Amino acid sequence: MKKILILGGGTAGTMMANKLYKALDRQEWEITIVDQHKTHYYQPGFLFIPFGIYNKSDVVKPKGDFFPAGVKVIYQEIDRIEGEENRVHLTDGSSLKYDFLVIATGTQTRPDETPGLQGEEWYKSIFDFYTVEGAVALQRFFKTWEGGKLVMCISELPFKCPVAPIEFVCLAEAYFTGKGIRDKVDITFVTPLAGAFTKPIATKMLSQLLDDKNIKVVPEFYLESVDNEKKVIKSYDEVEIPFDVLTIVPVNMGSEMIERSGLGDDMNYVETDKETLQSKKFENIFVLGDAANIPTSKAGSVAHFAAEILFENMMNAFENRPPTAKFDGHANCYIETGYGKGALIDFNYDTEPLPGTFPLPGIGPFGLLKNTKINHYGKMIFRWIYWHILLRGKEMPIEAHMTMAGKKNNID
Amino acid sequence: MATKNYAGKSVEVNDEGYMVDPSQWSKEIAAEIAKEEGIELTDKHYEVLEFLRNANEKGETLTIRRVGKSGIVDIKGLYQLFPGGPLKFSSKFAGIPKPASCV
Ligand SMILES: Cc1cc2nc3c(=O)[nH]c(=O)nc-3n(C[C@H](O)[C@H](O)[C@H](O)COP(=O)(O)OP(=O)(O)OC[C@H]3O[C@@H](n4cnc5c(N)ncnc54)[C@H](O)[C@@H]3O)c2cc1C
Repeated sequence: MKKILILGGGTAGTMMANKLYKALDRQEWEITIVDQHKTHYYQPGFLFIPFGIYNKSDVVKPKGDFFPAGVKVIYQEIDRIEGEENRVHLTDGSSLKYDFLVIATGTQTRPDETPGLQGEEWYKSIFDFYTVEGAVALQRFFKTWEGGKLVMCISELPFKCPVAPIEFVCLAEAYFTGKGIRDKVDITFVTPLAGAFTKPIATKMLSQLLDDKNIKVVPEFYLESVDNEKKVIKSYDEVEIPFDVLTIVPVNMGSEMIERSGLGDDMNYVETDKETLQSKKFENIFVLGDAANIPTSKAGSVAHFAAEILFENMMNAFENRPPTAKFDGHANCYIETGYGKGALIDFNYDTEPLPGTFPLPGIGPFGLLKNTKINHYGKMIFRWIYWHILLRGKEMPIEAHMTMAGKKNNID
Repeated sequence: MATKNYAGKSVEVNDEGYMVDPSQWSKEIAAEIAKEEGIELTDKHYEVLEFLRNANEKGETLTIRRVGKSGIVDIKGLYQLFPGGPLKFSSKFAGIPKPASCV
């Protein structure tokens, strides 16, 4: 029996387990998946919890429900990969051999990386919504909050789902308007980037959107620490921004297991060939999802498109062919903007998000970089698509490679 | 795209003044670009520039944190060397593309 080992049973690992299991001869191949936790979180849903649109029960399901019956599942923490020996060590002291390895251990929030972030005020007036605990605590806080300064701060790049903080402030704006206290809430969006987003055309559109909603943007703010007593955030060049409630995207880092395995960069993301999705150190190690250091968004949609390429290249490797499939960095993100509307961006390594329309057979077209109702529905049906199609590794009516169809290239 | 004259050489730069071809770079050119931003380069500055050029050549993703872990300066020190835009200015003086901090 040849052995495939998948590390991490989140979005990417689960998708890959399903795809491989369906394609491979069960007499010849043994597929094993390892994860430390039994609960699968629909992370895009975290965004809606603070505003009472979703509750915890809307975003959790057992991981086991999504693994194919013939895949061996081990719930254990991974200690490290020993690439030279084709072996993975678990923290209980046991070890597993593999012929091919898929790393899909994602990224974690690391509030401990910012001095003062987890001080006195943590979960009292400082919250993250990148964990279910933080999102639920924030929902409780917002219910009785009477207004003041709301500061949304991004700690470090890269972080997963780069549009989530923008969506958060838009939803907050709509939420407080609905509660009739918008005039008492001052919303500020603080980012280390030079603008609301990284790519120029999308930044222009999103800056306008935030401006229309009277949300202030503070760019080029690089967070050093949080002062709990004075309730200010401080940057390295000593700018201070006061807050009454701080919502934060903590530093995001890959698993420490990657560091212990000597496979990562200094944010513990696996050094990965951005086209073949192979580890730069070992040919039989592949990387999928947020764990990879490829220069595109860390998002479920990216993992989905990359999975198709990875699947092809693994099939190539199984039959001793070179990895001819090439990933283009395709990302496709709905941006929830409040009041039942949304925007959509679609881009890859080389093409920045452009306006136009996005063709989706049966449902679309969706407006690209436009604020429309249909884009909002796109976001809301994404949850159903996630549980029923994406995780199960089924085909979606969207090409893995980005298409220029519908995009407008010549705008000023 | 434009051409500018630095240290007696004509150098290709983009709209934001970043050098297009890292191989055209020299210490003298760096000093003149830095002067335009009001910064006088010291040995410490040059150490940072060398580090950035090497990292860029290897295709590494450049972040302030990455430079902060380089052992040359910490992040606070980097801000003091390049006030107002540590990575923005240091990469400009190093003759490498502006790091498009990845989305
Ligand atoms: C607030 C928010 C909103 C988002 N919105 C969107 C959106 O609208 N659209 C979109 O496409 N994406 C969105 N995302 C991003 C998306 O959820 C992630 O990109 C996606 O889940 C990444 O999948 P992954 O498998 O790489 O990582 P994960 O799904 O995080 O899985 C990693 C798994 O590895 C396991 N693991 C890690 N280390 C170890 C170890 N040492 N031992 C054992 N197990 C380990 C973890 O337990 C986990 O189960 C959002 C994310 C957040 C937080």
